[in-house]
Amino acid sequence: MSNEIISFFNTFLSTSQSEAMATFVGIFFLINFVIIIVAFMTLLERRLLGRLQNRIGPNRTGPNGLLQPFADVIKLLTKEDIVIPAADRWPFNIAPLLALMPALSVWIVIPFAPTWILADLDIGILFVIAITGVSVIGVFMSGWASANKFALLGSMRSVASIISYEVPMILAIIAVVLLVGSMSMQQIVLFQSIPLVLVQPASFVIFLLAIVAELNRSPFDIVEAESEIIAGYHTEYTGMKFATFFLAEYTAALAWSAVVVTLFLSGWRIPFVQADIHPFIDGLVFLIKTIFVFCIFVWFRGTWPRLRIDQILGFSWKVLFPIATLNLVITAIEVLVFNDVFAVAEGETLPTIALVAMGLINIAIFIVVGIALNKFIKPIDQEPQSYPVTREGMTL
Amino acid sequence: MPLNTEPILLNLGPHHPSTHGVFRLRLIMDGEIIEDAEPVMGYMHRGSEKLAEERTYTQIITLTDRLDWLSGMSNNLAYVRTVEKLSDVEVPERAQYIRVISVELMRIASHCMALGFLINDLGAFATPLMYMFREREKILDLLEMLCGARITFSYMRIGGISHDLPEEFLPALRDFVDQMPKHIDEYDELLTKNEIIQTRAKGQGLLSAQNAVDFGVTGPNLRASGVKWDLRKSDPYEVYDRFEFDIPVGDHGDNYDRYWVRLQEMRESLKIISQAMEQIPGGLTRANVPFFVHPPAGEAYSHIEAPKGHLGFYIVSDGTISPWRCKIRSPSFINLGALASMIIGSKLADVVVTFGSLDTILGEVDR
Amino acid sequence: MTSFYGLGALKGLIVTLRYLFRKPFTVEYPDEKLVPNPRFRGNSFVWYEDRCTGNGACAKACPLGIIRIVTHPTSRPDIGNLYAIDRFDIDTGRCMFCALCIEACPYDAVFMGNDFERATKTRDGLVIHKEDLVTGAKLPTQQFRPQLEAMEYKGEEELDQHEAGRWSL
Repeated sequence: MSNEIISFFNTFLSTSQSEAMATFVGIFFLINFVIIIVAFMTLLERRLLGRLQNRIGPNRTGPNGLLQPFADVIKLLTKEDIVIPAADRWPFNIAPLLALMPALSVWIVIPFAPTWILADLDIGILFVIAITGVSVIGVFMSGWASANKFALLGSMRSVASIISYEVPMILAIIAVVLLVGSMSMQQIVLFQSIPLVLVQPASFVIFLLAIVAELNRSPFDIVEAESEIIAGYHTEYTGMKFATFFLAEYTAALAWSAVVVTLFLSGWRIPFVQADIHPFIDGLVFLIKTIFVFCIFVWFRGTWPRLRIDQILGFSWKVLFPIATLNLVITAIEVLVFNDVFAVAEGETLPTIALVAMGLINIAIFIVVGIALNKFIKPIDQEPQSYPVTREGMTL
Repeated sequence: MPLNTEPILLNLGPHHPSTHGVFRLRLIMDGEIIEDAEPVMGYMHRGSEKLAEERTYTQIITLTDRLDWLSGMSNNLAYVRTVEKLSDVEVPERAQYIRVISVELMRIASHCMALGFLINDLGAFATPLMYMFREREKILDLLEMLCGARITFSYMRIGGISHDLPEEFLPALRDFVDQMPKHIDEYDELLTKNEIIQTRAKGQGLLSAQNAVDFGVTGPNLRASGVKWDLRKSDPYEVYDRFEFDIPVGDHGDNYDRYWVRLQEMRESLKIISQAMEQIPGGLTRANVPFFVHPPAGEAYSHIEAPKGHLGFYIVSDGTISPWRCKIRSPSFINLGALASMIIGSKLADVVVTFGSLDTILGEVDR
Repeated sequence: MTSFYGLGALKGLIVTLRYLFRKPFTVEYPDEKLVPNPRFRGNSFVWYEDRCTGNGACAKACPLGIIRIVTHPTSRPDIGNLYAIDRFDIDTGRCMFCALCIEACPYDAVFMGNDFERATKTRDGLVIHKEDLVTGAKLPTQQFRPQLEAMEYKGEEELDQHEAGRWSL
């Protein structure tokens, strides 16, 4: 695909120029494609939430409400752009872009099909982790620059939760990387003769929960907890800047869904079908899987209340982190043993039968650990930590 | 090196998504922990008590609809009972039964809203709220059948009620009473056993029984603190002494107990409604009272167990067609007094939950 | 603990998932309208000029004083001496639809209407004048009118003054 584009530009440009042009064309198409998909994802989320809540959802704009995203964009574009006088102008204006940029950059390494990948980096998954870590800076900048206490609280919460959840998330990813033996996203997909969710269930659950927290979606949506801190870090944003934050959030949600699909749900491969059929079909399969994962986030959002910040951080450090470490150790041992047992040569990967066996062992461990943990979890502390009622403490 | 920090002053409200109206809470916070709290009320003052002095006794009924807009029937009843006490009117039995049915329906609707918004404050994206709105909608349909309005009923009249039951009401009510337990079970399944809600709500917003009594807290909030006090049993009015029902009581007085007590009260109200449907007698629904009532000079206080707590009216009459003074003892206002003591020391996220669990309606607070 | 920790939250997920496959409870309003109950206190009024004696009971009963009646004495050959109604204005912009005026009217001249779609662009547009009442749709509701309840009138067809009142004039 990219070769054809390069040869097209080669007819009137030099080789290096045409390569640059081909990259530009790739990025242009990718960004537009992603943003259009994301626009429809917002509609999908609203319709789905509507149905979960026993109502219809937006369906008046265009057939089945399909024009709703465009109506939203037009509304946001025509809104007044307010920068409050007390705001720190530069960070205030840059922050939305800083939040959007990493979410879009993730798509560079996402393999849509065997040949449809903008840059098959050797360190693909590392790139994803690194680049998404930047988004927190945008969030924090906006919270700081807004001169609003709710925004400040929201951005502080965001930093705390993202730092905490990156640890179990990375540990879960390392388990996968250890198994695959490569950080390249395309290699990870090619490795998955059976979806890795069956081989690494613990990693999958930890990773899913960690990205829900990373994305600030329910039940970990403390950053934008509407009932507590109004809209969190983007309380003071209006018009297109707000829309940029909104876009960043949904692009990130979709990007992480794509990463989940790549890592655990065998990417563009149709499960149990070995050959890649056609790039279009592979791309479609990938998109359907991604949207399915996104729908799981919506489902969580439509059902669960949110946790408190200390509970969220405690959940990360006390539950997810130990399980992720344990999982990593078990995976390391398994990889070592299985490589020996199946006599895997240097540069080769484990055969499918080995993965099946590993999966069975892991699922068994997962269930046993789950039951064991259940014994240790005490019911919620019901003893009242009573606060004395004193008149002195109050400014009544 | 000691950090030079200072507490944040945060104005939660008057325009905040979870203040259920216009209520302002001045919080002094150390990070996210509340050090001091001061409720500021009065943003919704509409002068109902003063307006009552300019209205005839019948016209005041329309004012009471707007105190606690989620339970207009209960407000009607509390007011009407006070005037009846003042002017010594005997209410026909059928009217009393219909009053009980409508007030209990109102209690279910009000508790639906209280729970829905509580879970919404806990952060669920409106899903339980939407389910509870659906049940409330059915109740409002029933009440619309009775009196033609959905929120501002003005259904009660001095000496009875304005309309007798329409023919299709009792079958529709029977359908509702049959269906509703299934929905409450569904809430149970969705919410009561949910670990997230338990983690969030248990042990937070504590109100001990002693404090609750000292602050004058009433209604489900008092019962959640472990005090078995319900005017329907303690000081029966209308025909409540003829029904069998339990009073659910909580143990700890935390947010979860306040949630649980309300959920159980919905079941008890259904019991009362189905008993009342069986026992309802025939006859008149309105005593012979003129449109312009002239109670004798004097004063009267009467209170009922409204969904939010004791709702009392104190009326002083000088013998004319309008009262000389009408004082409303609104439960939300008095329950709110305990809020500051409940939230000091907790986190910001629990402030809104505690506030939501008190089930405050600002129209009633500021009157 | 008997149950598995986290099971309650998962059960909740199943409850909401069930709703995904159910018919929504809500209806699409402008396309599909719910029928109000026969006693519905709508946003409009029905008034029969010939039944009205201009006694102003409704204006006196109104808690907000938004009914304005101007009359002058006159006589008609078929009825005799009476008060002719010059103005009968109801400011529904301030009305709270408590139906106390309907209850007060001793001659069944004024009824609640069942219309609820009366949005206007100005406040003046919300004032119902006598001319509007005379020409408006005569679709009364059963609010405080037991005779309509006895007729089982549901507001489908217009009623004239003889059908609507408890006794004909």
